[in-house]
Formats: sequence, C-alpha cells, structure tokens
Amino acid sequence: MNALLTSFASGFLFALGLGISGMTRPVKVIGFLDFFGAWDASLVFVMVGAIAVYFIAYRISAKMSSPILTSKFALPTRTDLSAKLLLGAAIFGAGWGLGGFCPGPALTSLASSALPVFIFVIAMVLGMYLHTWVTELGATKSSLTISAANTTQDA
Amino acid sequence: MHNFTPFASLAGGILIGLGASAMLLLDGKIAGIGGILAGVLKPVGGDTLWRICFLAGLFVGGLSLRILLPGAFDFGIIRPLPMLIIAGLLVGFGTRLGSGCTSGHGVCGVSRLSPRSLVATATFIFTGALTVYLLNHLIGN
Repeated sequence: MNALLTSFASGFLFALGLGISGMTRPVKVIGFLDFFGAWDASLVFVMVGAIAVYFIAYRISAKMSSPILTSKFALPTRTDLSAKLLLGAAIFGAGWGLGGFCPGPALTSLASSALPVFIFVIAMVLGMYLHTWVTELGATKSSLTISAANTTQDA
Repeated sequence: MHNFTPFASLAGGILIGLGASAMLLLDGKIAGIGGILAGVLKPVGGDTLWRICFLAGLFVGGLSLRILLPGAFDFGIIRPLPMLIIAGLLVGFGTRLGSGCTSGHGVCGVSRLSPRSLVATATFIFTGALTVYLLNHLIGN
C-alpha cells in the first residue's frame, strides 16, 4: 500500500517538475534542440537538477540491501550497446524533435485537455503497440524458420 | 537566446530528480515513463498496479499545474496534426525499441552512468536536433 502511495507521489512530483521546468512546453523542447537557431539552454538546467539529485540517490541506494518499502531493487542490468538501442533512441529523438513532446510531458499535458496532446498520446500508444506487434511477428517468423529447419533435419 | 528560464528549469529538474529518487529508494524502481506506460498497455501479472498509481500521480500533478501554473500548458509551438501523429508513432515505437526515453535513459540512466543510457541520450539529442534543424532551417526557409 505504501509502495503504491510512493508511486503516486513520485508521479505527482514528476509532473510538477515537468511543468515548472518548462518540459511540458514544446516551444522549450524544440528551442533546446535548435542548436543552429535561437538556442534555449533551459533544458540543460532541467537535466543538471534532476541528475544531481538522482546521482546522490543512486549512490545511497547502492549501499542499501533493499528498498525501504519493497523487497528488492528492480534495476536494468544490461550494458551491451545493441543496434536496437541505437536505432530506437534515434527514432525516438526524431519524434521528439518533430513533435516537441516526450512520454512524460505528453501524459502530464493530457490534464490540459488540449486536443493535439490527446492525438499525440494516442499515436504514441499506437507506436508502442506497433513495436509489440513487430517484435511478436519477428518471433513467430524465427520460430517458424526454426521448426522448418527441424523438419528438414527430421526428414 | 530568448525564453531562457534557468532558475525555474533548475527547480523543476530538482523536483523531477526527487520524484525519481523516491521511486528508487522507497520502491526500488526506475521512473522511466515510457516503460511505465508500456507495462500498463501490455500488463504482466502483479507488475501493473504501481504503474497505474504512478500515471495517476502524473495526471493529478498535471491537473494541479492547470490550476496553479496554467503557463505550463502554454505550448508555444503545436505542430500540424499529421506531423504530431507521425511524431507520436516515432516516440512510442522508438522508446520501446531503445528501452527508454528522456526520463529512463536521460535522467535515471545517465545518473547511474549506464553506458547504454549515455549512448542513447546522446543519440536522441542528436537526432532530435537534426530533425529540428531540417524542419526549422532547411524546409522552414
């Protein structure tokens, strides 16, 4: 129960931070990405503030055997620089520059009830489903290939 | 440089950091918003409720902003709808393929000095800047 309350409070703080920092305004995001125009360095300060706090929190967490309210830390462990990582980040960046929204600010901005935000979020959700679909399609294809190979071996 | 808001942005960044830190120290989880949403769209048993609570907090935070700081939703630039649809598709697909977005890679991963997140963050800032350059300076003129 307390852990769920933490999730809610964390989301709440996150939204306030996104709003106060200017991340919910595409004009600020696109201004930051516009290095060859009237560059707006504000987002550097958002990152510095967030990273400074989280850097310390991560150092503290590394000394803890478990989180305060749950039994274990669920942290990513992969370190490989895969093609999927690079391609995915590149595609995400293109969308970010195109629309000026990333997932957090877009979801927070749903509260403004502005129609363009709803349309962006629906497209974003479809993009996530599209990824699931492509991944599952790939998995089916490769398992078909494997079973075909097995059949050949059996014969 | 116009619209520059270093103090508000730093303060907002600190709040984002505190939200993400609470998630880590109390619940042991990474506050990567793209991943949190994806986990709700494709639920895995027992791993969904905390995600819904986080997203509810995000939405209630948004409602509070609407009352206390309406300027937060003064978007300034709203791209034409076809462009926003393509942008949304790219953001949704890309964050899943690349296992993270600005919060998961850019804040949590970079702070942990994760090589994957450092590379992903550099990559999405680069392609984001390239897209804005193409739109604002090549096509725009």
